[in-house]
Amino acid sequence: MLRIEDVTARYGAVVAVHGVTLHVDAGELVALVGPNGAGKTTLLNTVAGLMAPARGHVYFDGRDVSGAEPARLVRAGLVLVPEHRRIFRDLSVAENLQLAGVTASARDRALRLDVAKEHFPVLARRWTTAAGFLSGGEAQQLAIARALMADPRLVLLDEPTLGLAPALVDVVFDLLADLRRRGYTLLVVEQNARRVLQLADRGYLLRTGRLAAEGPGPELAAHEDLFGTYLGDAAEAETADGA
Amino acid sequence: MNTFVQTLVDGIGRGSTYALLALGISLIFGVMHLVNFAHAELITVGAYVAYFLSTRGLGWWALAPAIVVSAVLASMLTERVAFRWVRTASPFTMLLTSFALERLSHALWQVFVSPTKQSFDGPSWAFDTVSLGGIRFEVHDLVTIGTTAVVLALTAFVFRRTLFGLSVRAASEDFDAARLMGVRANRVIVGAFAFAGFLAGVAAVLTLMRSPSAEPTLGADPLIKAVVAAIIGGLGSFSGAVVGGLALGLAEVVLRGYLPEGVFERLTDAFVFVLIALLFIARPQGLFTVRSAERV
Repeated sequence: MLRIEDVTARYGAVVAVHGVTLHVDAGELVALVGPNGAGKTTLLNTVAGLMAPARGHVYFDGRDVSGAEPARLVRAGLVLVPEHRRIFRDLSVAENLQLAGVTASARDRALRLDVAKEHFPVLARRWTTAAGFLSGGEAQQLAIARALMADPRLVLLDEPTLGLAPALVDVVFDLLADLRRRGYTLLVVEQNARRVLQLADRGYLLRTGRLAAEGPGPELAAHEDLFGTYLGDAAEAETADGA
Repeated sequence: MNTFVQTLVDGIGRGSTYALLALGISLIFGVMHLVNFAHAELITVGAYVAYFLSTRGLGWWALAPAIVVSAVLASMLTERVAFRWVRTASPFTMLLTSFALERLSHALWQVFVSPTKQSFDGPSWAFDTVSLGGIRFEVHDLVTIGTTAVVLALTAFVFRRTLFGLSVRAASEDFDAARLMGVRANRVIVGAFAFAGFLAGVAAVLTLMRSPSAEPTLGADPLIKAVVAAIIGGLGSFSGAVVGGLALGLAEVVLRGYLPEGVFERLTDAFVFVLIALLFIARPQGLFTVRSAERV
């Protein structure tokens, strides 16, 4: 479904991602882990169209979408839940979701709003509340619900548990498992590396912008050397979160 | 008492025009982080369109919609030919682009039409007076306030109830996040320019109703007032722009009405700007606080 081929991404003269190649098949949950500054967010932003690759190609459903506008990718079925959620704080929960259904017809949008209410009862209870007043966990649920409003086939999630209390981290992981059961294809960047790898079909380890390891998720999760050598920061984060 | 109410109505009438222009400036600032110093040139465009059409014998009721339509088209044109090319440039580059457009507009009217004022027939009823509750008001003040109220209600509806309005509000808060939702950047920005052009067009109609004439620098004074009004309200805040515009209009008219005649009366603008300076000492962010937004 998604193929990233030899992608290099840079901020001016600084190269953040060096020739990364990876793929995500339909129905898979793929984890992308690595220490801080490894280039994970940059890679997701490049796939989602916020940045154009300096080199290499991104293919979605076999079509070259390198550097395509995010609006085009959303319409094709690829959405990103960005780091720090970036919900619209001045808009209500309902308005955030309505806007996220901008690609749908009015009828489909209304149907999807009903589905969102059903799947996210927490949000249904705060329907008319300005999103800026939501707690971290509620805001993350809104960010994910917002992505689903576009009826995507591939969801990229960037650090969905960042800044959340341990109990809310569990809620988000339950949500990821639920999305997977419902057939969504997921590419997840996550600081709780071991936990997301245990859930993932496959995993990739990114370090200083380069791919350092790949394999089945649970195998990578059980690889103690990998965590000791490459994932110092991530392992510390997990410990801090009590995961 | 009568004088006070008349002054109040006159001030709100004057402030209404500032409010409409300031709202357009805030709207464009929200989606592009551009303080568009060419915005009030849309009044000049409307004025010349009205002047040319009036020379063909058209009356006020045909001129008014033509002024609005021309302002909308001119606003969209400036986006397409000037601002789109510098959208990702520094704010300073965009600011200079807007200055260049403003100066270019002045020069083009001077060279190709005339550097002097061209008058045309406005509505004959504008300076009629009507009596309400024993107090006499000029019709143009009541029409200005009424029209502005309707336009602001329409604006509130558009930005609260339509997908376009939600897109603009979201883009004003975080443009990249809005793009990630599937919002098309070009569509939102062109739409914002079109709506800002509509607001400027209505402001032009209300201005030309009182003073039906066209000249190259017609937009210069309203521009300064509108930018100041937008800044008073908190640049980027829609409601702040409206409050800022009305407050500025009221301050001008009240000071003009109550300052002693002569030198002091002629220093009205200076007094207004001193009041604004005092406001910014107390509230540097303006009356309304705006969350910082990512630019396109």
